[in-house]
Amino acid sequence: MDAGECALPGTSTGGYVMVLRLKEWFGNPEFWRKVLGLLLFLGIWYVLTAVLTLPRFDKIPDPVSVLREWFGTQPVYGRSIFTKLYWLDVIYSVLRTYSAFALAVVLGVSLGLVMGWSRVFFDYSFPLVEILRPMPPLSWIPLAVLILPGVEIAVVYVTFIAAFFATVLNTLLGVHSIDEAYFRAAKCLGSKPKDIFVHVVVPGALPFIFTGLQIAMGVAWMSLVAGEIISGQRGLGYAIYEGYSLFQYEQVVAGMFTLGLLGFGSSAGIRAVGFRLMAWQARKRGM
Amino acid sequence: MQALGKAQGAISIQNVGKIYDPGGVNVVAVETCSMDIQAGEFAVIVGPSGCGKTTLLNAIAGFDTITQGEIYLDGQLIASPTTKLSPGADRMVVFQNGALFPWKTVLDNITYGPVIQGAMAKSQALEAARELLKRLGLSGLENRYPEELSSGYQRRVEIIRALINNPRVLLLDEPFRGMDAVSKSVMHEFLLELFDTSRCTMFFITHDLDEAIFLGDVVYIMTTRPAMVKKVLRVDLPRPRDHRALGTEKYLELKRQTLEAVHEEALKAFRAGEKELA
Repeated sequence: MDAGECALPGTSTGGYVMVLRLKEWFGNPEFWRKVLGLLLFLGIWYVLTAVLTLPRFDKIPDPVSVLREWFGTQPVYGRSIFTKLYWLDVIYSVLRTYSAFALAVVLGVSLGLVMGWSRVFFDYSFPLVEILRPMPPLSWIPLAVLILPGVEIAVVYVTFIAAFFATVLNTLLGVHSIDEAYFRAAKCLGSKPKDIFVHVVVPGALPFIFTGLQIAMGVAWMSLVAGEIISGQRGLGYAIYEGYSLFQYEQVVAGMFTLGLLGFGSSAGIRAVGFRLMAWQARKRGM
Repeated sequence: MQALGKAQGAISIQNVGKIYDPGGVNVVAVETCSMDIQAGEFAVIVGPSGCGKTTLLNAIAGFDTITQGEIYLDGQLIASPTTKLSPGADRMVVFQNGALFPWKTVLDNITYGPVIQGAMAKSQALEAARELLKRLGLSGLENRYPEELSSGYQRRVEIIRALINNPRVLLLDEPFRGMDAVSKSVMHEFLLELFDTSRCTMFFITHDLDEAIFLGDVVYIMTTRPAMVKKVLRVDLPRPRDHRALGTEKYLELKRQTLEAVHEEALKAFRAGEKELA
């Protein structure tokens, strides 16, 4: 894609720009407000659970004990950043989510593009997509376990299914959002259908596709945990469920925050790729 | 965009009609409309809004069918109720709201046509595009994206993107609509400079009368829907023209004649509108 050749300012001189960015951050009130917001949350959490210990809050672990369990060298329940067990769970969850997401991107974007591109194919497939799409991922578990060989693949399938439909729908909307004038201009300029697909349909749908991918990544993590809780072995969802069953609540909360960070990082990664591919939009926004 | 020795791009529109049929209600957009536009002529089509001018343009471009009559381009039948020549680079369109690809740079937009048609190698097209931009005083825009440019620059780039394909006819649908007077006059001189060097036939739709007379060799004044040719006005102002032409006696006389014809039609359209509302 042509737009991809045009790097955003600063991507080629990464190190230098990093230093500049850091300087910008520390001198920026926005950055400190964000830090303060997080600290405030931790403070309120601490007061509610460790100082006031209000009813219903007394069983919730306070942030200090969560951090001690999460980052301590000798975790009481066996999972911290210094134990193999913790990282195995992380790796399992990441691998499951990313393989499901990758599958959703490849299949979802292709299906969405073809549905948007061909009216006939759209007519055949859209009603089915609209019926399958609202089915909650968890409702797939029984069939997935019955049909697919092995629980592992069933969990990946459940993670995949919601991400897939989010991708299909947004890609389809993306193609339909393209102004008719671009198709006409492309035809005037002598494009064959293949050229229109490559030079109009794909780049024109890209902004919607990336919105779809962000949503897809979000729902992938959500369904993953649900899948792991119900039928998984290993993984963060499994760790959270185990912590719940064994009254190891520090482990539950540490697992939740690990998921939060992983999800945040994944979305940021998608945004970064999107900015690179859509330099034409990034510049308009003054990036 | 070299000057062509052979004159190409004669458009002959004969008794063309177009009836739309939205939900069983026949709407006659164009009726027995005829024009004979010479090769290399700057034809301007003027008429009330929604009178069916764009229908004609779409028929020539190959976007839409007609329901009556024939349209010939250099003697070749390109549109009739049973014929529709697909859109192609011989009939380039400059769109009302602009249709530069926002995801391509100025340079990639301009070179897209010649490269995709296989008319030029990419490097050759890039060179030609750079040269054109330079000649027209637009150097420095090469690697910008359309949405970074003002509408005036976008329009100029779009016209270049069309003309680099050496079309036989350039179809422009109110391309300078909504621009302020100063930008418009810059655009007019830009377009005339290109017209004087390329001499491809122009089919230019507008409802700005000054624009029509200043640009055109011939002005077709259309009736209210259904569109027919009400009056054909030859503009024999000498070329190359510049803004000084706007002050001459001849210009004012042409303007008076045009206004009269257009005013009559405007009144008719207005009364028809009142009838519809009543």
